[in-house]
Amino acid sequence: MAQLIKNQTVAVDAWKTLELAEGETPEAVVLPAGDIIFPFAVWQARKAEIISCHKRIGLLLQPDERVEEVAADLDYFIVIAVNFPKFVDGRGYSTASLLRQRYNYQGELRAVGDVLHDQLFFMQRVGFDAYALKDEKNAVYALEAGFSPFSDTYQTSTSQPQPHFRRRA
Amino acid sequence: MYKYDAIDRQLITERVEQFRDQVRRWKAGELSDDEFRPLRLQNGLYIQRHAPMFRIAVPYAMMNSAQLRKLAFVARTYDKGYGHFTTRHNMQFNWPKVEDCPDILAHLAEVEMHAIQTSGNCMRNITTDQFAGVAADEVIDPRPLAEILRQWTTFHPEFAFLPRKFKIAISGTKEDRAVTWFHDIGLHLQQQDGQIGFRVIVGGGLGRTPIRGQVVREFLPWQDILTYCEAVLRVYNRQGRRDNAYKARIKILVQALGVEEFAKQVEAEWLHIKDGPATLTQAEFDRVAAHFTAPAYESAIDESAFADKLQSEKAFARWVDRNTHPHKVAGYSAVTLSLKQHGVAPGDITDAQMEKVADLADQYSFGELRISHEQNVILADVKKSELYAVWQAAKENGLATPNVGLLTGIICCPGGDFCDLANAKSIPIAAAIQARFDDLDYLFDIGDIDLNISGCMNACGHHHVGHIGVLGVDKNDSEFYQVTLGGRQGNTAKLGKVIGPSFSAGEMPDVVDKIIKVYVENRVDEERFLDTFDRIGIDPFKNRVYEGRAHGKAKAAEKEAA
Repeated sequence: MAQLIKNQTVAVDAWKTLELAEGETPEAVVLPAGDIIFPFAVWQARKAEIISCHKRIGLLLQPDERVEEVAADLDYFIVIAVNFPKFVDGRGYSTASLLRQRYNYQGELRAVGDVLHDQLFFMQRVGFDAYALKDEKNAVYALEAGFSPFSDTYQTSTSQPQPHFRRRA
Repeated sequence: MYKYDAIDRQLITERVEQFRDQVRRWKAGELSDDEFRPLRLQNGLYIQRHAPMFRIAVPYAMMNSAQLRKLAFVARTYDKGYGHFTTRHNMQFNWPKVEDCPDILAHLAEVEMHAIQTSGNCMRNITTDQFAGVAADEVIDPRPLAEILRQWTTFHPEFAFLPRKFKIAISGTKEDRAVTWFHDIGLHLQQQDGQIGFRVIVGGGLGRTPIRGQVVREFLPWQDILTYCEAVLRVYNRQGRRDNAYKARIKILVQALGVEEFAKQVEAEWLHIKDGPATLTQAEFDRVAAHFTAPAYESAIDESAFADKLQSEKAFARWVDRNTHPHKVAGYSAVTLSLKQHGVAPGDITDAQMEKVADLADQYSFGELRISHEQNVILADVKKSELYAVWQAAKENGLATPNVGLLTGIICCPGGDFCDLANAKSIPIAAAIQARFDDLDYLFDIGDIDLNISGCMNACGHHHVGHIGVLGVDKNDSEFYQVTLGGRQGNTAKLGKVIGPSFSAGEMPDVVDKIIKVYVENRVDEERFLDTFDRIGIDPFKNRVYEGRAHGKAKAAEKEAA
């Protein structure tokens, strides 16, 4: 279990992620009750079924799964989790930017997987607002220092849509 | 040159503290080696053969004398009294301690220098022409837009963990001196219908798979450069290969998709962000450009004494011929101080030399200097009436070897003496060739020729675009050297052709000697090496170099007999 950082504190995670065991398929897997984060493939295969029996729905996107393919479904999701299988795999930053900036996704956007202290600043800027910090890492220190190594930024981003040059006095 | 304002200063100061904290957590075991590696690389810190290697950025080649004095201080205090200029506008130190690096960065921050993104899979230092702003053939000064791009690339939140490194080069001259055809993005500033903009080239690169870049857009208005780069980077970040580091550069993606499809995807992405807030404003351009206004040039410089010296002192005339470059202002020259003294590792400079160059910059060139991708130092604004004094001072300090663009003005990576990636040493090869061709008369007779040496296929020594290229290879744990001919940089940039089987280190001076002899014997009129090569082709060179040398079946038989 990772440590969920949300709203500047370590939060209780009410969500469970559906994991397919070996041999299970998106088409046949039993859909558990409760607050569930569904893998993209399960959502694709069982959309109608999930909508009919779940009020609160989460989605898990892997780095190679394209935002464009769920763009029309975003209103269904309370949480979208973007997986970072390794922290050096930066595709999730583009996924987040697109979800927030292009498709105007307003729900929780959660970084999961290999989520570490030194990436939190970047994650926050592209639009993540929840972070499943890796287990053995220091969440207290992450909250204290991980989000604020820099006091300003040059570029446009989800958290700062105006570049610095347009914010000059 | 650009002077930091509040945000620039704040960010590099905060960067020092961030890195200090990362080093502390790594030492304390809170960061594993694997977790620390990309962080230290993005601060220019490699763990190398003997010690860490620390790479400091010199953005678009510009430096002032205070910065160079600070580098001299770092070399003296934390290293062994010297540094090395690379082919991408960086200075490398080979011997600092990891624990000292945060302090080194703090010293550098005092003079507005840093090591941000000088390594790692991120957007690297922006490079351009060492004569930017002064070149006689310049159309548009690339430096304001280079600085704007520097800021945009610094800590970009979406592109800090790309599939592989990403290098951008800008050129604003008729003759491309920034190797733009061999960068991930190459930008040519130009004017079209009274509008300033870029030709955008994507997907070039040297390294393991050398590929010439391709034009994805013939004209992009300058205001759109950030949004367009964002589109290129986003397509690359999402689709570039991450399963194989050797196939992860954008050049491989462009090849796989085809340039038309790649350009189409970029345009589609760009349409979403075009004209958004990241579109550059005239006010921002003007603010940055104000840092790059011309210094107070004098008019009516008396060149008579200079002309006399040219007549009376052959050595001075030779130096002027090779080591000065035409300036756009009458009465001025750009001076190249050669870091290619025979027998010294190409690009290396001692702390004492750095101090001297800083003094020369203050005295003769408005306190500024540049470094070139050929690994030399440039004083860009020297009055012709003072060239003689500069030459004498340079000579006293081993900085006046008149070999810029000549055979011994070798571009050379640190190679197997220092670099962990290298397959073979490169510095001793350069030294052996310099020793063989130590006769200045002969060097001048041979004329314009680029000899580039890389110690491995990562091609830091740009061997592919050398007229003569030398690549160190590893064969059964021994060091060998593969030779290419006919490569070139500039507008007609292309890759050299492999001449044949590789050579041992000991054979290299002879091999180069034979290649040069074929040229000298075959040249007509004023032909340069490349002209002769283009006319007669590779075969005469190949035949001479391998003459009497057993290879193929004969070599196998020879081995058997032994």
